[in-house]
Amino acid sequence: MNQTVESSHHPWPAAFVRRLRRILPADGLLQKATEVAAYECDGLPVYRARPRAVALPRTAAEVGQVLALCTEYEVPVVARGAGTGLSGGALPHPEGIVLSLARLNRILALDPDNRTARVEPGVRNLAVSEAARPHGLFYAPDPSSQIACTIGGNVAENAGGVHCLKYGLTTHNILALKFFDPDGTLHDIGGPTGEWPLDLAALLTGSEGLLGVVVEITVRLWPKPPSTVAYLASFRSLEAAAASVSEVVASGLVPAGLELMDGLALSAAQDYTGIPYPEGSAAVVLAEVDGDDLAVALEGERLSAIFTAQGAFTVTQAVSDEDRRRLWLGRKSAFPAVGRLAPDYYCMDGTIPRRSLVPVLTEIAALSRRYELPVANVFHAGDGNLHPLILYDAAIEGQLERVEALGADILRLCLAHGGTISGEHGVGVEKLDGMCAQFTAAELATFHALKSAFDPHHLLNPGKAVPTPARCVEAGGMHVHGGHPPFPHLERF
Amino acid sequence: MKDNDDTTLLAARVREAYEQAAPVEIIGGGTRRALGRAPMGAPLSVAGHTGIVAYDPSEFVVTVRAGTPIAALEEILAREGQVLTVDVPRFGASSTIGGAVAVGLTGPGRPYTGALRDAVLGARLVSGTGEVVRFGGQVLKNVAGFDVSRLMVGAYGTLGLLLDVSLRTARRPEAQAVVRLDQDWPTARAALRRWESALPLTGASYAGGVLHVRLAGLAARVAQARAVVGGEVGDSGVFTDLRDLRGTFFERPGDLWRLMVPPESPWDPEDTVIDWAGAQRFWRVRGDATAVYELAARLRGQAMRLFGADRSMGPWAAPPPAAMALMTRVKAALDPRGILNRGRLYPDW
Ligand SMILES: Cc1cc2nc3c(=O)[nH]c(=O)nc-3n(C[C@H](O)[C@H](O)[C@H](O)COP(=O)(O)OP(=O)(O)OC[C@H]3O[C@@H](n4cnc5c(N)ncnc54)[C@H](O)[C@@H]3O)c2cc1C
Repeated sequence: MNQTVESSHHPWPAAFVRRLRRILPADGLLQKATEVAAYECDGLPVYRARPRAVALPRTAAEVGQVLALCTEYEVPVVARGAGTGLSGGALPHPEGIVLSLARLNRILALDPDNRTARVEPGVRNLAVSEAARPHGLFYAPDPSSQIACTIGGNVAENAGGVHCLKYGLTTHNILALKFFDPDGTLHDIGGPTGEWPLDLAALLTGSEGLLGVVVEITVRLWPKPPSTVAYLASFRSLEAAAASVSEVVASGLVPAGLELMDGLALSAAQDYTGIPYPEGSAAVVLAEVDGDDLAVALEGERLSAIFTAQGAFTVTQAVSDEDRRRLWLGRKSAFPAVGRLAPDYYCMDGTIPRRSLVPVLTEIAALSRRYELPVANVFHAGDGNLHPLILYDAAIEGQLERVEALGADILRLCLAHGGTISGEHGVGVEKLDGMCAQFTAAELATFHALKSAFDPHHLLNPGKAVPTPARCVEAGGMHVHGGHPPFPHLERF
Repeated sequence: MKDNDDTTLLAARVREAYEQAAPVEIIGGGTRRALGRAPMGAPLSVAGHTGIVAYDPSEFVVTVRAGTPIAALEEILAREGQVLTVDVPRFGASSTIGGAVAVGLTGPGRPYTGALRDAVLGARLVSGTGEVVRFGGQVLKNVAGFDVSRLMVGAYGTLGLLLDVSLRTARRPEAQAVVRLDQDWPTARAALRRWESALPLTGASYAGGVLHVRLAGLAARVAQARAVVGGEVGDSGVFTDLRDLRGTFFERPGDLWRLMVPPESPWDPEDTVIDWAGAQRFWRVRGDATAVYELAARLRGQAMRLFGADRSMGPWAAPPPAAMALMTRVKAALDPRGILNRGRLYPDW
């Protein structure tokens, strides 16, 4: 962590730069240190690298030409949306170019009758719902970063949001994709129901820019439900709040959203938004039900009954759009809010079975005490997707190493409970070691083989998302069966 | 149903086949063998690999061995008052979960309760080299590694021999009702659009001038929805028949095709059966497929052949050459010697 990689001084052939310039619009190639500085990192700024150039194409055709050229000269390419990723996925390659999709930001078609939108990858997540709103429709996956992050970045990370419990993740809301493979060939996959001979879209979604560069996405839109009610249940302990979530899940209810915030997150959010939470709240659960009036009434009643039975001392409701917005505001701004509590914070992203919420949160609290590092919890509780935020100060000698060790312990805890090291933020460069703990050598070899199938020369975001076997052996986490790493004939990257 | 773990045996058989480069035909209940092209190779039965690996009803996830009959799984879920979240077709009592996932078809509930691939959270499989590997998991969100378990759905067993899958479950609906309405398709489609976000729909099909609607959920909501929808009590068998491709329409002669189209598409030709609230059309066509591909193109959709006389034709037409080459490389990544269900999807792989 906390390393800046300087590019080595092996110059690119002049012809490469000349041809690149010819493909791109006049202002479409950044090379000056001052210009490329903004592209040194994504939302995980402890990892930084200076790109040698940033390409800003305006059209899909230009994207294809840039890729073909980079393949010809074997220059690595790191695709980038808005750079809000939290695992270093868009971290530049010191020998490569950053390929920004930000200028491909057109909504190409909106088909309200068939409930679809066809968009370019640089379109912001929220812009899709805004365009759909006049038709009574919305795009369901709503990451907290939705005002900034792009649909292309969402596809690459399989982003989730507070409404994914009911409406699914990005992967469940994509019908078709157009993507370039590294040699600049355009592929058009999917269809009206999202099917294809092999479900390549399943592989592309969440592939962190390793398999192809997505240039067009057809998403499914949902009709806005006639009625929506949000609930805020306040608890005197974190355990009680977590237990209530497990209980809601076990009851078979599927609310549109089910989120939890602990005491530290609450006080931060309260200071940030100025909207108070009920006095004495050690944790709150936020939930939303939607549908027709009857469904909302029936489900809302059962939901409040569960919260009360689990020890909620108040359950408040918000019905109007404005009241619901205020109720959600603290949750949606929790990251920046918590960010003000300490010079630095580190966001984890493990997922666990919902039945394990109480033991895992209890154990995280114990770890936080042991490492003497505060941890705030604000997360997608209904999905079991934890976001422990570790607060620290990188300027203090040795803190960062302690944070990393605590983070690794938390991920191990998730795995021990049958979970995963990443629910929605991706592996990037950040969780490469965690991958060694989660997957066997044979499984990692399968990922490498798939990477090679899409990108034989390993030019797309090389070194991210899937660790090399050598790295895993070093990390001590590799499961090697009988001493032989599998697929020995395959190239590694 | 027996609880029997054949992992070691199945992995050894695939390993052996890999070493000898000798194709195997993976068989579950054998009820879906007529789907897809006729595969080559020695039969390898997964039917003995049965039972529940893990099931925590409070978590709404079940992990089940691939040879488990769908009916047996449903019985186990029913004891806890649960069902699979998705509508899974079956073509006989012995139809297995592994076969269903490999073929990847989803029944009439698709537009409302999701596709089968949406219900698959993880899978353990034997790769084409005989290695046992696991992807995904038992949790709802997981972006660690490429989503190989979802890739397995609909791959017809050409990318791996499925050992077990983790599937989402849901509470069994309190009440269910099927309603029929006599009306033209544009009227029906407009009504479906009005109802979709408000009423507890779990199926909508249209044929011969009749719309059938299935409602399921809390009893009070179903009762209220019936009042909104109107119409008459319909035959609940309509939806199980559609799911399992049974009944008079499916018994007609000719190849059976499914078209995936934008749901607003007109009901044309009128000997098609509309499912999925408009997005899926079944069509019986004798012989030449040209008419089907023309219709699919006209509607900006896709066509998949389900059953037909000429087994040399697969479910999908070949995509453009570059895409085909990419798919072939994906196949080789998981099954380098092309031994798993060789020829089932496309000739030679
Ligand atoms: C405050 C905050 C809150 C957040 N909340 C959530 C949340 O609730 N849920 C959630 O899931 N995430 C959340 N995130 C993480 C982040 O916003 C998402 O991962 C988002 O999807 C990234 O989109 P982006 O456009 O910023 O992508 P980038 O960060 O630019 O890129 C992400 C990855 O995608 C690749 N990529 C980008 N575009 C393309 C393309 N067109 N083709 C191929 N690869 C591409 C990049 O190479 C990189 O690997 C949050 C982040 C922040 C800062």
